[in-house]
Amino acid sequence: MPTVTKDRAETEAVKPPDRRDNGSSGGKPGRGERWKRFQRTRFLVLLMAPGLAYFLVFHYGAFIANAVAFKEYVPFDGLWASPWVGTANFERMFGDPDFWHATWNTLFIAVLQLVFFFPAPLALALLLHSLTSDLLRRFTQSVIYLPHFLSWVVVVALFQQVLGDTGLLNTTLGDAGLHTVDIIGNPDAYKPLVVIEVIWKDAGWGTIIFLAALMQVDEQLYEASAIDGAGPWRRFWHITLPSIRPIIILLLIMRLGDILSVGFEQMLLQRQSVGPEVGEVLDTFVFWQGIVGGDTGYAAAAGIFKGVVGAALVFTANRVAHRLGEQGVYK
Amino acid sequence: MSARHVIRPAWREKPRFATKAAKAVAVVVVLGLILIPFLVIVSTSLASNREVVDNGGWVLWPSDPTLRAYRTILTGGIVTKALGVSVALTVLGTLFSLACTTFLAYALARPGVFGGRPVLLLILFTFLFPPGMIPAFLLVKGMGMMDTYAALIAPVLINVFNLIVLRGFFQGIPEELYEAARLDGAGDWHILWRLVLPLSKAALAVVSLFYAVSYWNAWFHASIYMESDHWPLSQVLRTYVIGGSQIADTGLSEAGLVSAPQTTQMAVLVIATVPILLVYPFLQRYFTKGVLTGAIKS
Repeated sequence: MPTVTKDRAETEAVKPPDRRDNGSSGGKPGRGERWKRFQRTRFLVLLMAPGLAYFLVFHYGAFIANAVAFKEYVPFDGLWASPWVGTANFERMFGDPDFWHATWNTLFIAVLQLVFFFPAPLALALLLHSLTSDLLRRFTQSVIYLPHFLSWVVVVALFQQVLGDTGLLNTTLGDAGLHTVDIIGNPDAYKPLVVIEVIWKDAGWGTIIFLAALMQVDEQLYEASAIDGAGPWRRFWHITLPSIRPIIILLLIMRLGDILSVGFEQMLLQRQSVGPEVGEVLDTFVFWQGIVGGDTGYAAAAGIFKGVVGAALVFTANRVAHRLGEQGVYK
Repeated sequence: MSARHVIRPAWREKPRFATKAAKAVAVVVVLGLILIPFLVIVSTSLASNREVVDNGGWVLWPSDPTLRAYRTILTGGIVTKALGVSVALTVLGTLFSLACTTFLAYALARPGVFGGRPVLLLILFTFLFPPGMIPAFLLVKGMGMMDTYAALIAPVLINVFNLIVLRGFFQGIPEELYEAARLDGAGDWHILWRLVLPLSKAALAVVSLFYAVSYWNAWFHASIYMESDHWPLSQVLRTYVIGGSQIADTGLSEAGLVSAPQTTQMAVLVIATVPILLVYPFLQRYFTKGVLTGAIKS
């Protein structure tokens, strides 16, 4: 998505936007040119102002407030008057077993998500795409998009209702004289459970992008190969998959870059049910240390660690995609 | 499956019975996994306390439906108040967010705007480095916004994804329309209000839905910035349906909700979900139109 916009912005900047602008298109525009451009587009500049102010204050302002990671934060003194402590917070973090627990849990859940959650929308989209009844397909689409719009609070409550001790599943099993299963609050079941939850909530919504990609595959390719005698499997392997490969890679890169975010709200809601040993991830670690525990500088350091690793991952994944001859997220 | 809407192209072989059956089973399982939990929640909220207890905690279909649980929570008290907060927050938040996002997206979609490119890069860069939780918290605290509703709107005013969707949509409007409007003597504001916005209804509808849903569902910021008597519904729901250590000091225990019967808990769950279920069908048809044209032009 950022690809498009960036490309577009580049072409716009290169070619003169309209005829009157010809003078400023060659070389660096002088101060007079810029002033003229400002004059001509001042209505749009005015429209831009509130949004720009938002990004400057709440994104770049917050960026600067990251300085707290290098301080011993004293609430009474405020951010700027608190004493600098260099990289002490980072050193402490790298020696903290709780931090490594959280990192390990995050990576473990992320890998589970990558293996089970990432392909789920693709599988669902292929199922939907293969339905020949338009009516049934549209109905199914409406139903499977729905859970995406529910709050995590609702989703977690729903899962407790269905899978808890006195939930739908266990009372049914009990009535049938079978063994009941211990899922909610069971540390061993926690990681699979959170992955199943995210599949239930977002796999349906994820189909949108794959369905759109599937629709764009040229029908004639299918037709030609069918006439040449290719069966459904061969068509899938040689036409469908190669056609949607760029979108799969794009989504994979975006997922890799965000791999240390495994769902903050979801994890925070359920961390207490299994305890930090199993349920803590990096985001909840930051929350628990910084906002509950008041160890602000330390938590900010963990936040920065996550941000830097994330950015490095996007960068690397994008590099690899270019090497493989794919488009990637940005140029 | 209905035979009326079949769209099988001529080259595709007639599916075997086994394939058809497997697909039918898959679709039914997927639909069941999503719809049955909803059914259980709604049914339990409508059942009598007795029936729920007899049945072991839940009901698939109430034998004697009653609205008692809803009456209990909607006649004043903490849930009624939280509902009011949630509605106000969602309406105001969506309006502010939609206005700011639309203005910014429109300005960035027009060619040759002064400062357009640096601003765009500035915004796209935030994708790579999202603000952390702690700096954002310090900022809200430092600006004196604790326990104000501004703390729940201002830090999440513009979503970059929504911004890009709208910008992409605006860029799709043909340049000739602008020129025609200008020749007719329309001013900047007139062009935006009378030409661009009416043409962009589908995208605006989708973006408003995204904003409204995120304001309605948000609970985390409320939990760290707001005192408990200013909480929206989702945060109230969280503290006593999912549970947690904070319950004791929230005033929920005095309201008798902690020990509330299952029916009442499920009724709150339903109330938190119903608004989404109500607007969803009307906006659903715009999803592919509005989201896709804006987002996947690549």
